[in-house]
Amino acid sequence: MNRAALLILLLLPFAPLAAGEEMKLERAPIDPQDAVSLQRGAKVFVNYCLNCHSAENMRYQRLSDLGLTEAQIRDNLLFATDKVGDTMTVAMRRKDAKVWFGVAPPDLTVIARSRGADWLYTYLRTFYRDDSRDTGWNNLAFPSVGMPHVLYELQGVQVVKIEEQKSEHGTESVKTLSLQSAGKLSPQEYDQLTADLVNYLVFMGEPAHLSRQRIGYAVLIFLGVLFIPVYLLKKDYWKDVH
Amino acid sequence: MSKAQALLNWIDDRFPLTALWKEHVSEYYAPKNFNFWYFFGSLAMLVLVIQIVSGIFLTMNYKPDASQAFQSVEYIMRDVEGGWLIRYIHSTGASMFFIVVYLHMFRGLLYGSYRKPRELLWLFGVVIYLCLMAEAFFGYLLPWGQMSYWGAQVIVNLFGAIPFIGEPLAVWIRGDYVISDATLNRFFAFHVIAIPLALLGLVVAHLLALHEVGSNNPDGIEIKKRKDASGKPLDGIPFHPYYTIKDTVGVVVFLAVFSFIVFFTPEMGGYFLEHNNFIPADSLKTPPHIAPVWYFTPYYAMLRAVPAFLHTQFWGVAVMGAAVLIFFFLPWLDRSPVKSIRYKGPYYKIALTLFVISFLILGWLGTQPTDFLGRIGKTEWAVLLARLFTLVYFAFFLAMPWYSRLDKTKPEPERVTG
Repeated sequence: MNRAALLILLLLPFAPLAAGEEMKLERAPIDPQDAVSLQRGAKVFVNYCLNCHSAENMRYQRLSDLGLTEAQIRDNLLFATDKVGDTMTVAMRRKDAKVWFGVAPPDLTVIARSRGADWLYTYLRTFYRDDSRDTGWNNLAFPSVGMPHVLYELQGVQVVKIEEQKSEHGTESVKTLSLQSAGKLSPQEYDQLTADLVNYLVFMGEPAHLSRQRIGYAVLIFLGVLFIPVYLLKKDYWKDVH
Repeated sequence: MSKAQALLNWIDDRFPLTALWKEHVSEYYAPKNFNFWYFFGSLAMLVLVIQIVSGIFLTMNYKPDASQAFQSVEYIMRDVEGGWLIRYIHSTGASMFFIVVYLHMFRGLLYGSYRKPRELLWLFGVVIYLCLMAEAFFGYLLPWGQMSYWGAQVIVNLFGAIPFIGEPLAVWIRGDYVISDATLNRFFAFHVIAIPLALLGLVVAHLLALHEVGSNNPDGIEIKKRKDASGKPLDGIPFHPYYTIKDTVGVVVFLAVFSFIVFFTPEMGGYFLEHNNFIPADSLKTPPHIAPVWYFTPYYAMLRAVPAFLHTQFWGVAVMGAAVLIFFFLPWLDRSPVKSIRYKGPYYKIALTLFVISFLILGWLGTQPTDFLGRIGKTEWAVLLARLFTLVYFAFFLAMPWYSRLDKTKPEPERVTG
């Protein structure tokens, strides 16, 4: 039994006003310390996302934080420019994109900070076939999304089954996804790929994240040690105050 | 005479350096019984300095331009050496400023620090609080995210609800019909120079007023009434070294809390840095739920609680404004014969508890959409709750002349009790 069909049992209100409202999100199994996962995620990002979506504040050079050398970055990840110091821009014009998709694809530099890892992980795994949409695709986390399922070759094609279920608030429609035709990857492999991608997006949202925590421990230890002489000094000064 | 002493004498002949040091630090006698609540005055000054210094460094790389502002903040976060640290210090400092100031104000309510002869000291403090709100509001537009933009839109529109002059006033504040580049530029000017200047001047006035009348204390009695032969208050100790060293202990603990937030949870679960503010401002896309930053939410909850009446939303704005301005009248509303909660009776204790609870609950309600608790008939539960607690909030002040006089107080001690 494939996992994608089992996993997704999602409640949606009848008239979803905004993307992702009331959506139960799947926890993204990511590890920001896992350099290999981050490198794989960077590769997926550059190959699949960075054609329509830009990351205008992210410099290719910064990928060296993931343990890559400049030569590795230049040879494997540099498609849109020839300078590692450049930021991740795309050639597609926003005006054209708006005509093609109805909305210009958002810049993804800090998308993980506004959407959150769990939303991104759920979103990337809940595309389904919907012929009523211009692109032929729809999404459970982001109903009526403008983006087609770019990764469908890897995931395969999912279809939706809508069931009316009675609950305390009356009837609710429950949407269940199942895999109609398999992709190049098994469901487990696809989950891993999206987890890597989300891991990378989280890194890109705040590249200083890891060094921030490292410095944080040092600062807290310093303040903890400083507290001792300061407190003893205070006690000594105050011993004659009664 | 040592060289250092000679230099000091040279300066003292030309500038009252030693005299100032003595008057305000080494021979400023403060009551010896300050407790935990007395840390927050000096901490507020520390945060002010932190904000000014980190703000100066942010200004070096920030661009107050609608087409560059959002990007320049991300530039600071990524490409500026240590920029992420400076930015997080400043964003954390903004919230910590309010936490410290709210605790400082609460101390005043606990021990009657606003009572005669400290009325003017209290008034300066309330003006500082107003300036702080303005400073935070102007500053929050600068990152130019969705919450910056729509938060500013909502607040400026409040002025538009004032009868007759509202609309032109709102346009005058924005410099445009919507929040735009012109608004960003002027808010930048207010945030980095106009309001900080006013704040610094007011803090000096606050301190001068404090040192003129002397500090209150947890017993709410005047230590100046009992002096020794040399004219020093019997229950007073020199600010330096006693409180300089004690406050240093407070500073170290405070910096530990501050650093923990900066380094481990700078977004504070979306309360210090809102998730939606990582989306660039878009004048065509109104977010479904606009929430101000947590420190404004009690007043925001009041604003939403007051229904439109006579075809105008002005009443909500008036209630919100009154909720802040009512602090000015506190010194004349309290008719209790004693200052400190230690000697006040049950009426004040109950009133203050209810006030704090209503402030916290209003703050929580203000962060949520109004329908998050469901509805009763056509009205949202959250709005009903907000109405109830708005009434409690105002009752604390408006009923004070009565309950403070009728309260059963205990006699104040002659000397401070530690």
